[in-house]
Amino acid sequence: MHIPDGFIDGKTAAVTAVISAAGVGFALRQVRRELPPRRVPLLGLAAAFLFAAQMVNFPVAGGTSGHLVGGTLVAALLGPSAAVVVVTTVLIVQCFLFQDGGVLALGANVFNMAILNSVIGYVIYRVVCHWLTGIRGRVTAIAFASWCATVLAAICCAGQLAWSGTIPWSVAFPAMATVHMFIGVGEGLISALVFLAVYRARPDLITEMAQTGQPQRLGELVRYGLLVTLGVAVFVAPFACSWPDGLDSVADKFGFSHKMSPLLPAPAPNYLVPGIHWAVGATAVAGAAGSLIVFVLALLMGRWLVPKQTKADI
Amino acid sequence: MSASWLGHQHSQSDSPVHRLPAALKLGVALVIIVATVLAPIQWRAWFIGVALLLVLTAGLSRLPLFFLFRRLLVLSPFVLGVVLVNAFQPAGRDRWLAVAVKSVLCLLTVILVSNTTPFSQILRVLKSIRVPALLITTLALMHRYLFVLMDESERMRRARASRTFTRGRRFHWNTLATVVGQLFIRASERAERIYDAMCARGWK
Repeated sequence: MHIPDGFIDGKTAAVTAVISAAGVGFALRQVRRELPPRRVPLLGLAAAFLFAAQMVNFPVAGGTSGHLVGGTLVAALLGPSAAVVVVTTVLIVQCFLFQDGGVLALGANVFNMAILNSVIGYVIYRVVCHWLTGIRGRVTAIAFASWCATVLAAICCAGQLAWSGTIPWSVAFPAMATVHMFIGVGEGLISALVFLAVYRARPDLITEMAQTGQPQRLGELVRYGLLVTLGVAVFVAPFACSWPDGLDSVADKFGFSHKMSPLLPAPAPNYLVPGIHWAVGATAVAGAAGSLIVFVLALLMGRWLVPKQTKADI
Repeated sequence: MSASWLGHQHSQSDSPVHRLPAALKLGVALVIIVATVLAPIQWRAWFIGVALLLVLTAGLSRLPLFFLFRRLLVLSPFVLGVVLVNAFQPAGRDRWLAVAVKSVLCLLTVILVSNTTPFSQILRVLKSIRVPALLITTLALMHRYLFVLMDESERMRRARASRTFTRGRRFHWNTLATVVGQLFIRASERAERIYDAMCARGWK
């Protein structure tokens, strides 16, 4: 999902840079205020950990392999502000040293992967944790939150590419969303397994960090929420408002109906809901159904991974 | 081993390009990237000029050519994907060319700068333009321990491979996740020791 240079134009780069700078600045201030000095080196080490963890390849069927992305995992372990700082650091180093993601696209990448992924993942994680208590609930929550955050970040990435005029929305959205709905399943599974592994080896570590890193007030999350909403409103909403209902009228009104037809066949035709021929609409419907399915899967996985007797509340 | 695979050692060697001040290199690179991304594709002269400048710099920097080529070829699958999508569109030929040229030029610029400038100098430049100190500390610590943790991960992978004989898929994922989880635990324990060491040396 790392956008290289040349893929987004000036206005998108400028807008994403401003939003990301605000978000990272806010996260740094929060971290300075909330994190005890003891934990400051942990930010750098967590960033190095994330980079090293991304190099561990998990075999998927057919000789391919996937790896952890980890924004949500770090947010669940260290809190959202620390996660924003950690993932931003990883992205900066990847950009400058390993040329993974562009310099001008850094703002867009930071917004999608550091801010959106960590904050949305964290919010969903907390909400599900509130419903389902115990370690089983946490494992379910982290799997589901990772999936949602991955898919949303991909959709936002598609929105930025479409806004730049690099790839039309009718191609970018179905392609990115569908591919990342599958990638997200792996991400959720890996995140949950890693979280469980940390919990089994050092439950005190998770409890201790839960007390120091998590936001104490709602205000922090509200401000992140505003920032994320602003970004999503800019990148995705202009395209989303022409989803199936008003599509035809909007297309006719602006005279771009001929541009809106899908330019590529959907990457996974059997995943499309029959009866809806339009790839964007079908992807949206499939996404809504997919999130329900993934939630049920995450619930089942939590039950399967965590036997009943270890339901110690943390 | 991992460090050499990433080709990171090149920033420590010596050449006229290596000796240029880091702020100058970063500034010029930023100007080149911004102008290249914003330039319309009709500005042929600009793209050719930048390409010539980059080739000249690459020659002066004495970086191994093979290394540069490999770095360029390992473009993320993303670039190739988008280029392919655009190539199949009837009207997208120009845009495809623009995207390809722009990303290759920007990529080459960043490769040259990052392989001729030590990371500590980049951090010093960032500090002088008032990037928050916490972010710089985090970047410095990450860069310092990146290769340590990658080697640690590699050692754990080897230890795991020499001890497990069955390789069921579910079991395998579980084992890999345990390795990653263990890596996090070791990283956080190391962070505690680093904090103690930093305090012992007078870090405020």
